[in-house]
Amino acid sequence: MTMVPLHILAALLKVSVILVAILTLAAYMVFAERRLLAWIQDRKGPNRVGPFGLLQPLADLIKLLAKEDFCPPAGDKWLFYLAPAMAAIPAIVTFALVPVGAPVDLFGTVVDLQIVDLNVGLLLFLALSSIAVYGVALGGWASNSKYALLGSIRGLAQLISYELSMGLSLVPVVMLARSVRLSEIVSAQAGVWFIVYQPLAFLIFLLSILAECKRIPFDLPEAEGELVAGFHTEYSGMRFGLFFVGEYINIIVLGGLASTFFLGGWHGPLLPPVVWFTLKTLSFAFLFIWLRGTLPRLRYDQLMHLGWKLLTPLALVNILVTAWWLYLKG
Amino acid sequence: MSLFDDISGVITGMWTTWKHIFRRPVTIQYPEEKRQPSPRYRARIILTRDPDGGERCVACYLCSAACPVDCISMQAGERDNGRRFAVWFRINFSRCIFCGLCAEACPTMAIQMTPDYEICQRDIMELLYEKEDLLVNHCGKEPEYNFYRHAGIGITQPRGEGDGERPPVDVRGLLP
Repeated sequence: MTMVPLHILAALLKVSVILVAILTLAAYMVFAERRLLAWIQDRKGPNRVGPFGLLQPLADLIKLLAKEDFCPPAGDKWLFYLAPAMAAIPAIVTFALVPVGAPVDLFGTVVDLQIVDLNVGLLLFLALSSIAVYGVALGGWASNSKYALLGSIRGLAQLISYELSMGLSLVPVVMLARSVRLSEIVSAQAGVWFIVYQPLAFLIFLLSILAECKRIPFDLPEAEGELVAGFHTEYSGMRFGLFFVGEYINIIVLGGLASTFFLGGWHGPLLPPVVWFTLKTLSFAFLFIWLRGTLPRLRYDQLMHLGWKLLTPLALVNILVTAWWLYLKG
Repeated sequence: MSLFDDISGVITGMWTTWKHIFRRPVTIQYPEEKRQPSPRYRARIILTRDPDGGERCVACYLCSAACPVDCISMQAGERDNGRRFAVWFRINFSRCIFCGLCAEACPTMAIQMTPDYEICQRDIMELLYEKEDLLVNHCGKEPEYNFYRHAGIGITQPRGEGDGERPPVDVRGLLP
């Protein structure tokens, strides 16, 4: 057997393992969220299907698949059918960039635990996160419904306000690592994690990914209390499920990226690298659920205010200070 | 400073929710564990009997009049001994809102509420309770009360022989 088929095999294996793992994890994120929210509210949560309710995601899947796949008669059929995929696929693709663990030795060849190690990894992440909002915008537009349209307008406005600060908060990371390649960003944190140097950038990034995931307190595009269900009001069955699962995949992916950029990726003592990475990612997921159980929704203008008047200037100042510090350090 | 207040507000809230994660849920898992309702819980309605075993209900229609959803209906009748009774008595539990106004209105304590709240049925017609479904063989919450011992003059006892009643005074005998 030559070297090339082994590499192809390894790549296929990585893709399938990560795809299955991320979809399963996303399904169980829904379950974990329901249980945790229930505990926060002194309830028990879903505990009927299987032991401790562990088969609930399966039951939900069957339910969603069995439901009618409805398209509003006045809606734009093709965009309506396409939008959920446009929301979910960029989230899944982004995970291809994330280094999940240290390179392992497989039958004499070194295999990175990362699907692709692009030299523009960070830029591609920013590009994909911008593309993901097309699903929201087009889904709301194609529904031909007031609430859905308002939801997607909010989604777009939210994108503009948080994306700038998200990109700017990653500039100090790039300056410290001297690379936009994600594996090099991780290896630059072998000694000290970037959160120690850049706590402010970490906070800005955290708030920005909360908005990117459309999670409470920034869930304006969905806003159950105001817009029925926001951009996916008209969706039913598995297309709604795709929007829903896409949101949870997004949480996992962005949690993974946040730990890659600021918490040293898979670096950590004692435990194996993959376990460290999983722990860090899931702690972000837990934080998101915890925040959802605690905070109310921000108002539209409050999000704008936060994004434009607070996070963006702070990120800019942070870049300047980091540059000055790096210059003094030489 | 406003920013400091905002941050401490968020942290206080998150600490509160963190504590609640470890608190015992208040949920009662219904079919397996059941809540013990209080004795005065208002659920399934019964028609009680007086201590002598006679029906308390005198078919006065007051419960039917008091019922805000008109779920009680009956037909009055009179027995040979002069006691009034309901020929038929019907409560539609698919309509009943368990407000308890009928039990409050009842002058004879015949109609009473019980804590039995599990009266779901698959067929709605099974929620139509007739007199034989409603009538029980005990006195309910008022074991001593017997309406006819207070007001049954001329029917179960002559004047002056009821509970807490003195014999009538012979007004002529009081003359000087």
